[in-house]
Amino acid sequence: MTAVVGTPRLRKEDPKLLTGEGKYVDDIQVAGQLWMGMVRSPYAHARINSIDTSAAEAADGVAGVYTGPQLAEMGLWIAPLPCAWPVTDDMVNPEHYPTAMDEVHHVGEIVAVVLADSRYGAADAAELVDVDYEPLDAVASIAAARDGSATAHSAHETNKAYHWPLIPDPDALEAAFANATHTVTGEFVQQRLIPAAMEPRGVLAVPSPMGGDVTLYSSTQVPHILKVMIAATTGISEAKLRIVAPAVGGGFGAKLNVNPDEILAVTLANKLGRAVRWTETRSEAAFSTHQGRGQLQKIELAADADGKITGCRVHVDADMGAYMMLITPGVPLLGSFLYTGVYDVPAFGFTCDGYFTNLTPTDAYRGAGRPEASYAIERAMDLLALEVGVGPDEIRRRNYLGGGDHFTDMETASTLVFDSGHYSPNLDAALEMSDYAGLRAEQQRRRDAGDAKQLGIGLCTYVEICGLAPSRALAGLNYGAGGWEHAMVRFLPTGKVEVVSGSTPHGQGHETSWSMIVADKLGIDPDDVTVLHSDTAISPLGLDTYGSRSLSVGGVAISMACDKVIDKAKQIAAHQMEANPDDLDFAGGTFSVKGQPGAELPIQAIAFGAFTAHDLPDGMEPNLQEQVTFDPPNFAFPFGTHVAVTEVDTETGEVELIDYIAIDDCGNQINPLIVEGQVHGGIVQGVAQALYEGASYDDAGNCRNPSLMDYLVPSAMEMPNIKTGFTTTPSTSNPLGVKGVGEAGTIGSAAAVVNAICDALSPYGVTDLEMPATPQRVWNAINGGAS
Amino acid sequence: MIPAAFDYVEAESVDAAIAALTEHGDEAKLMAGGHSLIPLMKFRLATPGVIVDIGRMEGLNSIDDRGDHIAIGALTRHMSVETSELLGAEAPLLKHVASQVGDPSVRHRGTIGGSLAHGDPASDLPAAILALGATLVAKGPGGEREIAATDFFTGFLETALADDEMLTEIRVPKMAGAGWSYQKFNRRAQDWAIVGVAAVSNGSTSLSLVNMGPTPMRASAAEAAINGGGSIDDAAAAAADGASPPDDLNGDAAYRTHLASVLVRRALTEAQG
Amino acid sequence: MLVETTINGQTYSADVEPRTLLVHYLRDHLGLTGTNVGCDTSSCGACTIHIGGESVKSCTVLAVQARGAEITTIEGMAGDDGTLHPMQQAFMECHGLQCGYCTPGMVMAATSLLSENPNPTEAEVREGLEGNLCRCTGYHNIVKSVMAAAGSPVTIGAGS
Repeated sequence: MTAVVGTPRLRKEDPKLLTGEGKYVDDIQVAGQLWMGMVRSPYAHARINSIDTSAAEAADGVAGVYTGPQLAEMGLWIAPLPCAWPVTDDMVNPEHYPTAMDEVHHVGEIVAVVLADSRYGAADAAELVDVDYEPLDAVASIAAARDGSATAHSAHETNKAYHWPLIPDPDALEAAFANATHTVTGEFVQQRLIPAAMEPRGVLAVPSPMGGDVTLYSSTQVPHILKVMIAATTGISEAKLRIVAPAVGGGFGAKLNVNPDEILAVTLANKLGRAVRWTETRSEAAFSTHQGRGQLQKIELAADADGKITGCRVHVDADMGAYMMLITPGVPLLGSFLYTGVYDVPAFGFTCDGYFTNLTPTDAYRGAGRPEASYAIERAMDLLALEVGVGPDEIRRRNYLGGGDHFTDMETASTLVFDSGHYSPNLDAALEMSDYAGLRAEQQRRRDAGDAKQLGIGLCTYVEICGLAPSRALAGLNYGAGGWEHAMVRFLPTGKVEVVSGSTPHGQGHETSWSMIVADKLGIDPDDVTVLHSDTAISPLGLDTYGSRSLSVGGVAISMACDKVIDKAKQIAAHQMEANPDDLDFAGGTFSVKGQPGAELPIQAIAFGAFTAHDLPDGMEPNLQEQVTFDPPNFAFPFGTHVAVTEVDTETGEVELIDYIAIDDCGNQINPLIVEGQVHGGIVQGVAQALYEGASYDDAGNCRNPSLMDYLVPSAMEMPNIKTGFTTTPSTSNPLGVKGVGEAGTIGSAAAVVNAICDALSPYGVTDLEMPATPQRVWNAINGGAS
Repeated sequence: MIPAAFDYVEAESVDAAIAALTEHGDEAKLMAGGHSLIPLMKFRLATPGVIVDIGRMEGLNSIDDRGDHIAIGALTRHMSVETSELLGAEAPLLKHVASQVGDPSVRHRGTIGGSLAHGDPASDLPAAILALGATLVAKGPGGEREIAATDFFTGFLETALADDEMLTEIRVPKMAGAGWSYQKFNRRAQDWAIVGVAAVSNGSTSLSLVNMGPTPMRASAAEAAINGGGSIDDAAAAAADGASPPDDLNGDAAYRTHLASVLVRRALTEAQG
Repeated sequence: MLVETTINGQTYSADVEPRTLLVHYLRDHLGLTGTNVGCDTSSCGACTIHIGGESVKSCTVLAVQARGAEITTIEGMAGDDGTLHPMQQAFMECHGLQCGYCTPGMVMAATSLLSENPNPTEAEVREGLEGNLCRCTGYHNIVKSVMAAAGSPVTIGAGS
């Protein structure tokens, strides 16, 4: 077999998805199913005086209507919805049940549930429930939360959820700023983003006809975590729960939560003995699925006369929204360590205050904390370049860790150890591919000509933390779970291989990539490898997919399980070939004895022998299957340099992204086709934050743009072709040398785009623009108004 | 998002549609392609008791040369307008504007009559028929009448059509060789215009505005400026006179006023170029 | 109300309420779940099908409006022997899909585009797909797929 790892390979997943055979949750139909309809609060903060369910109950096809207190009385849950990341011991964590009890805390919070025999009947019945609310003052922004004249939860006296500091050496930090020649300060708004996976979330809970067990089909990234959490929340034994993530239409972090609908579907199905389902509508998703970002950042850099950074100080105010969801409070922490970026920063300090608002809860969204951090430091680097009077490329070069040379295991001021990095060649490649010098010349030409359309060039060298793993490191952050991943590799008697993956895909192509790893390891055809995943009955152990961890933890676990399979096969081969195991070579799927041409045994034959168990070494268990649970010693730190080229129409403020160049380094690659696709998609989500998207709220806490008509997910028309390239700096954190690439594009692109716009407008004195950089904001900035 | 229940009536002729409207009064709503109405019904912002489906009737879907004007049946789909060679020769502005409506799939179903009768100040086609000085033909129980485009849009999502009238035809004067321009400014291609400007220059110049007030409107002050011998800059400065642009996430009134000026300048430059 | 249609060459009928959206007629009443729903404002195009060979957003059509219509859905694009339609093949070869949710709509919109404009420029492809949103691919490889498909003979609705 020729090696397949590292070569582009078409995806196994595609034929089904291309022909409409992919089964997403809403595609699964079950006889006798009931549709849930959610009665949602129109107020951001209100007391519930009474709920009249009589009209809904009397409607045709309605099987039941339940208010929050009724559901609680039915004993459907034993604990509130979980927050697995209590970042401090004194963190405020308001009780959060699947439905409101007596007070609602965000628009769209569920106050009652109807069950009807059709999709349409459920929608109609939900409209018939009459709720009497007493509106309360709403906290609709971080500023309002800080101000504190209203509190988001009547039961709590303050909106502050926690204070979290990371200041390894306060004295050094103070000294750095006291002695600085240059200091710059950037204050940035990370607007709330609606993740908007194309498949809205949905659930279908099916009770076993035998009684006792419930299968939940959910559009989730985290079936394994969900199973544990549902058990802990409902009191239903884990042994009686099966969670299946069928085809999942994108996640981007928005599907890694434990949601009210999931608890409601499981418990009502369990109680009523009928299947219960719900699919969110797109506009409902602005309330029923968590949002991303939502931070106010202040970053200060201290530097010497040459622009060499001596200190970095950051404060973040983070919008939790109305409740702590699964990892809500931890998202800013995920970013905290990366505010020093790819730079050699001797002194660092970070503080974060979390605040409650009466808005949809926030949680992970592609990058989760890291795009925010990367944005802040990369915007600040451009401010520093202006301050020092050097180009944005030069200021970066002067500050790269390791002087831009190759390094491994480098400690940073934020207490991390970067596995490997090599930043200067990466920047060089980006400058060359973008024709940076040519772009600067064109920019100057337009400036000299007073062109209405000014050119801007934006750079960003990002680094990210991938492979959320080392369980001990997560423990240090008070994270409530480990970060290992599990894999099993087994030869079937016919010589084909089954892989059981704990990591669960939702568009990333795990089946293809895992097959490639296994094929190369075992010397078989990738088409002879079947990857099983996303069903807790088939893959009982796993910690799922988020934080770009699949390959660098789960994929590595699979590779290691293959090694164990080969080790066992070698013992059998040695036994059957009457050779010393040390004298055996394994290549191309065949064991051979060193120095004895013709003495060969293919691994498939050994697999069959292990199945018949007719002739195994004494004491050896039959069958050829091995499992590995991998917990890496360190995270992985991919990096890259992105160049955004924008054209700004100074008459209207319109920004056109006319070119985008991305040189990424994710270590060794398994399937370059998939890597490139991840980069493309990630970039567009970051560009979308920079230019198009942002959940907007009025002072009463109403979302002004919940639909895709008003929330501007960009189309093909708004995007340019993306030019990609790669450098390769293998990771030292795992034996495959892989890093992770799912979030990289998003982490690099927002800063590159805003840097480009500010660069275009520097002759107008514009040094910052709030995202999304709408035409009006840009035009205001050009004309000296507020951005 | 699911429409509320309604009674469905299929009208196989204009007369049958008018009879249904007469019978059901303001409970009834005509549906052609449904691409303005169904989205509102899904959000239950429109809950008509009776839908009179005129989208399946024969006729009213051709584009005909009538000597001094082109007659477009009200049920003609945007895609047919967009690809009409006749319109390309005689009223290219309308052909182009049709291509700017929504996206191709929307244009395969949506109709010119439905779009105009919806009366949305943010939609493209009203601006085109205003700038072209088109005439709309409505039929009701009392027979047919003509309504000048400038008299057609009476309020926010309101038109001169009576409850029992149906828009049947749009008559566009032939203007081969006239200069024209349509400047649509939006953030995402498929969206409505934040501001749009249509211009036709054929001896005198007419200008109309998209999304600059509660109704589609002519830019009368700018027209007066340019037709009275003023410069393009004079007209641009007067672009938003008399307009009352909305404030929304895409821009406040002051920004829209500025955009109207820029777009009028660009439209006139192109139309007169 | 009885709604009879021809879908992918077969006759289907179902008795539905007049308010039934065509996409729900396909999915909930006929079990043709390849056509997806991604929004509620006719914005995303996940529900794109063909009526009479032209792309249409089936969330913005009532089933009763489609009585007697010749409909093609994603299920009707591949050949009876499972051979992918050239557009589907191009999406596979160019990695024009990731999670696959927007894909049926993209394929239907793209084939409609090529039937109207067999040799589009890249800009025309982007314009032709302006009503179809994708959150995974950044469109780069989708555009590439459609350009690739335009380079080979394309027939629309091979299954019907």
